[in-house]
Amino acid sequence: MFDALTGRFGDIFDRLKKRGALSEEDVGAVMREVRVALLEADVALPVVKDFVTRVRERAVGAEVLRSITPGQQVVKIVHDELVAMLGAESETIDLAAVAPVPVLMVGLQGSGKTTTTAKIALRLKDKERKRVLMASLDVRRPAAQEQLRVLGEQAGVPTLPIVAGQQPVEIARRAMETGRLEGYDVVLLDTAGRLSIDEALMDEVVAVRDATKPHETLLVVDAMTGQDAVETAKRFDERVTLTGIVMTRVDGDARGGAALSMRAVTGKPIKLLGVGERIDALESFHPERVAGRILGMGDVVSLVEKAAETIDRDEAEKTLAKLEKGNFDLDDFAGQLRQMRRMGGLGGIMNMLPGVAKMKAQMANANVDDGMLKKQEAIISSMTKRERKDPLKILNASRRRRIATGSGTEVADVNRLLKQFQQMQDAMKQMKKLGKKGFLRQMAGKMPPGMLPPGGLR
Amino acid sequence: MKSWFRFGRGKDEKDEVAVVEAPAAEEPRGGFLSKLRQGLARSTDKLSDGLADIFVRRQLDEATLDELEELLIAADLGPATASKLRQQFDQRRFGEVTLTQVKETLAEDVAAILRTVEKPLAIDPSVKPYVVLVVGVNGTGKTTTIGKLTAELTRAGKRVMLAAGDTFRAAAVEQLRIWGQRSNVPVVTGPEGGDAAALAFQALEQAKRDGVDVLLIDTAGRLHNKANLMAELQKIVRVLKKLDANAPHATVLTLDATTGQNALAQVETFRAMTDVTGLVVTKLDGTAKGGVLVALADKFGLPVHGIGVGEGIDDLQPFDAREFARSLTGAI
Repeated sequence: MFDALTGRFGDIFDRLKKRGALSEEDVGAVMREVRVALLEADVALPVVKDFVTRVRERAVGAEVLRSITPGQQVVKIVHDELVAMLGAESETIDLAAVAPVPVLMVGLQGSGKTTTTAKIALRLKDKERKRVLMASLDVRRPAAQEQLRVLGEQAGVPTLPIVAGQQPVEIARRAMETGRLEGYDVVLLDTAGRLSIDEALMDEVVAVRDATKPHETLLVVDAMTGQDAVETAKRFDERVTLTGIVMTRVDGDARGGAALSMRAVTGKPIKLLGVGERIDALESFHPERVAGRILGMGDVVSLVEKAAETIDRDEAEKTLAKLEKGNFDLDDFAGQLRQMRRMGGLGGIMNMLPGVAKMKAQMANANVDDGMLKKQEAIISSMTKRERKDPLKILNASRRRRIATGSGTEVADVNRLLKQFQQMQDAMKQMKKLGKKGFLRQMAGKMPPGMLPPGGLR
Repeated sequence: MKSWFRFGRGKDEKDEVAVVEAPAAEEPRGGFLSKLRQGLARSTDKLSDGLADIFVRRQLDEATLDELEELLIAADLGPATASKLRQQFDQRRFGEVTLTQVKETLAEDVAAILRTVEKPLAIDPSVKPYVVLVVGVNGTGKTTTIGKLTAELTRAGKRVMLAAGDTFRAAAVEQLRIWGQRSNVPVVTGPEGGDAAALAFQALEQAKRDGVDVLLIDTAGRLHNKANLMAELQKIVRVLKKLDANAPHATVLTLDATTGQNALAQVETFRAMTDVTGLVVTKLDGTAKGGVLVALADKFGLPVHGIGVGEGIDDLQPFDAREFARSLTGAI
C-alpha cells in the first residue's frame, strides 16, 4: 500500500541526508514536499496540516539544527510523528465479554464488509480457537446473504440459516439467540452497506446495535478512499460508536492516506488489514512497523513472524541437517521455493526488508518475480528422482532438453537453475571449511533457511 | 431530458443521432436534476460552506487563495488540479469579490474541464449484438450499474442479454441473475470459479444466435495492480475478438466516488490493459464529492457516461458537466 509514499519520502530524505547543516528555510522546503506527498496519498487535509506544523516546530528547534546529522534527525522526527499519527500501540479484536460476544460490522457499500467478516471468522476460529457464528443482515443487496453463506462454507464457519423476508433487527436477535443456545463464543453480524447520510438506514443499524449491544463495532474502510474517509468514519462513530477500523484492499497500490488519517481524526484504532482476495488474507496492524515501512526502514519483525507462522519447522530442521552434511539436493531446493511462496512470494518478503523500495522497482523492470520461482519449481518437478538427487553429475544435454520440454521452459532456464544450485553447494562447502557448523545450528532456532533466498536472487 | 446513453455511430455523426428518451426519467419522480443536486449538494456542503467562510470575510489575497486551494484538495481534486485552478483564479486579478462571483467563476472553470468528457455511451444500432464489457476494482458497483443500465435499455425497447462474468466472488452470479429477473432479460451463467473468458465467449455466441441488441458482460472486481488478474481481463477481450473483431464495442470502467487520488492509477492501468472507452462514477449520493473526476478529466479526458446516485434500478443518471461543477462548488 505505502510503496508510492515510501518512494517519495525516500527521494525527499535522501537529499536531506546529504546536507551538512540545515537552515530554517531548508526545513520549510522539505516540509512543503512532505505536504504534497501526503496530500497525493489522500491523507486528510487537517491531518496533513497538523502533521506538517508539528514536524516543522520540532525540526527547527534546537535538537535538529545543532545536531551533527540534522538530516537523520528530521527523519527520526517524521518517524515519531507518523507513529503518533497511527496510534502508538497495536490493538486487536477484543473478545473479553460474556459469550456469545457480538461483533458488528458496518461500512459503505462495496467497502468489503462481507469478505472481511468471513476473514475475521476464519482467523478467530483458527488462531484463537473460538466457535464463531456469522449472520448477514443485508436484506438489500441481491444475494448478499447467499454470499456470506458461501464464504462461510469456504471458511468452515457456520452461518445463520437464511429466513426469507426477515428484517435486520429480527435476524440480529435470532443470531444472538442461536449463539446463546448453541454455545458460540462469537457472533459476527454483517450489515448492509449504507451511506452515512442515509438516515433511515442509519436508524436501522442503530436499532441493531441496541438490540444486540455489540462488544466490538468495526468500520470497514477501503484503503483507496479519498478525503471522504474521515467524514464517513466520523459520522458512523457519531451514530453507532465505533470501537475500531478494518482497512481493506491494502494490497492495492493506494498510498494509504485513509489509513494514516483515520486514527488521528476519529481516535479509533485500526485493528486489521485486508491484504488480498484469499480468505486468509488478513493481517494485524502495527503502527510502528507501518511507519518504518513508509520511511523505507523495512519491517523485519513482521518478516520473522511470518516466517515462524508459515514455515514447517520439521522440514526446516531436516533441510538444515542436510545442508550441514553437504547433501542438499534439488528436492530440498524445491521445498525452499515453496516456502518462499507461502510467505507471500518475493514481493511479500521484499516489502518487509529495509531499504529495498528502489531495488523492488528494478526487479519489477527486470521481470524477476514470483513467476521465476514457479518456473524453477516446474523445472525441478520435471526431473526424475535420481536426477534431483544428483543433478550435476547425470544431467547431460539430452536430459536437459527433456526437462525443458517437460516443464515448458527453455534449456537455458534449466542451465540457470543448475548453475544457481552449483553456487549454493559451493557456498555450503566453504561454510563447512570455515567451521560454521555451530553458527548454522544456532540460526535454526531463529531463522529457518527458507527465509534466505536460495543462492541469492539470480 | 437526455439519457445517459444514446444510439448512434459516434461523435462524427452527432447530428443524425436520435437521442433516446428514457421513459423513467419522464416520470414525475423528482427528476434527476433535483436528485443529483440533492445528492451532490448534500455531499458538497463542506466545500460551499468553506467557500462562504473564506470570502465573506476577506479580499482575494494570497492567504485566501491558499484556503481555496485547500478546499479543492479536501474535495479530492488532488494537489495538481487544485493548484492549476488556483493559478487560473489568481490570473483574473479580482479586486473585491462577492461569494457568488467566486462560486460562479470556480464552477465555470471546473465545468470547462469537465465539459470535454461529458459524453453519453453511444450504442450503434447497426451493430448486433453491441457488446459492452464492464470492468473495475472490487466493490465499485459493476453489477449494480449493469442492473440499472439493463432496465434503461429494456425500457428503450432494446433486447438485452447479460453475462455473469464474475465467476470468482461468492454469490456474484446470483446477484446478477436477480438483476436480470428484475428487467426480465436472460442471464448467461457458468460454474463458480469457472473461466470468465470461456463464459464471455459462450455468451457472445448465444447473443448472436438469439439476435439480441446489447450484450452486457459483468466481470469480477480486480485491483489494477494485480498483473495476472489484469491479464485475465485481456484474455476476455482477446476471446471476444475471435467471434467479433470489433468486440467489445465499449468497455466501461466503474469508479467509486469515494475513491481518492488512487482513481488516477486505476484509470491509467485499466485503460492501458483493456482500452477503456468510458467511465461510470458510482455512489455519488453519499458524502463523497467525486472531485477526483475533475483530476481525471484534466489528466485523461476519458468520457464520463453516467453517475450512480442510489441503489434503485432508476438511479443511474447522465453526466452533466455544468450541473456537476455547479453542485461541486455550491454555485446552484
